[in-house]
Amino acid sequence: MIPAQDREFLASLCLARAGLRVDAEKAYLIESRLAPLARRECFSSSEAFIDALRHGADDRLVWAAVEAMALPESEFFRDHHVFSILAEEVVPALARARGGEPVRIWSAACGAGQEIYSLAMLLADAPGVGRIELFASDLSERSLEKAQSGRYSQFEVQRGLPARMLVRHFEKDGESFVLSPRVRQMVRWRRVNLMDDLSRIGQFDLILCRNVLGQLAPEAGARLLDQIGSALAPGGGLLLGHNDSAGKAFVRVAPDMALYAAAEPRARSAA
Amino acid sequence: MQTCLVVDDSRVIRKVSRRILEDLGFEVAEASDGVEAMAWCSAVMPDLVLLDWRMPAMDGLEFLKKLRGGPGGDHPKVVFCSVENEIESIREALDAGADEYIMKPFDGGIIAGKLGYLGLVG
Repeated sequence: MIPAQDREFLASLCLARAGLRVDAEKAYLIESRLAPLARRECFSSSEAFIDALRHGADDRLVWAAVEAMALPESEFFRDHHVFSILAEEVVPALARARGGEPVRIWSAACGAGQEIYSLAMLLADAPGVGRIELFASDLSERSLEKAQSGRYSQFEVQRGLPARMLVRHFEKDGESFVLSPRVRQMVRWRRVNLMDDLSRIGQFDLILCRNVLGQLAPEAGARLLDQIGSALAPGGGLLLGHNDSAGKAFVRVAPDMALYAAAEPRARSAA
Repeated sequence: MQTCLVVDDSRVIRKVSRRILEDLGFEVAEASDGVEAMAWCSAVMPDLVLLDWRMPAMDGLEFLKKLRGGPGGDHPKVVFCSVENEIESIREALDAGADEYIMKPFDGGIIAGKLGYLGLVG
């Protein structure tokens, strides 16, 4: 078992680097997420790994530890009704409002890509919807690599992915299932720490940030919502998880999903 | 209460499936091949059939085609549950009238997810 002071050190590291709220009391959870990483990096134990982090391990290891503590989105079509509404109503409405300009959509904590690919598959089958640009970012390079490869295990493709979507968009390669290049090429990927300054990230018409706020410390969550507000194009929408709280800067605009708009819309800035 | 017929020649799989489905609120009956399943369906049509592929007497695909072609056979949702995991096999099952497809091994989460998608569990 990892000693309490080591768990507290790790929690403070996660808070400082990524705004992550890690409960140092949850010894089992911390051990179960850290142990595979410690093994992969050839440390004899999680304690030895944390000891190295304390004594000036290189930045790559520090980030690997922080990333291991973040819980990524890991299911296709999580809350599947949300995706139908996005593809059938929200995105087409945004496309009309943009009048021929591309609709820019950003999955802000994309994990291994299941969320953005779920939307991409629906949009790939809706050719009349107009020009769409999909962006996805995550804190973890490891998750991004997996996402870009579009390669999932049999277990993963059975989490939320309807069988008809599987046969339509995936090929089998050995024991893995690989998403078609057509859908993979719809998405652009980038490593983003949501706690960094996002003022140059650009403007998006729809930002997906589900089940992230609950993992962050309160001040970090407030900072993220503030930054998202600045990255949201006029008339744009923010999709949160069911249990996420949007704060005062956003108002909910859909009865059956956690879709929000800026409470005080900014004027569209001159291009 | 919604009813489910579990069709599998393995007693162990039937037992595991039964436990998962009962936890999801289904009343469960069992059949060990397509012939038994067909007899059951002509007596009482279930709301859901969880269907293995490779079975003696009558396999899952043959059962499915017979079921869909017969009276009342459109009513049940049919979810294949098989070790067959080639895309072509899955496509064949869906084209024959299956509503969903589960590749073995499965767990309760996978079954609940598929049934949720089909609107059978909340």
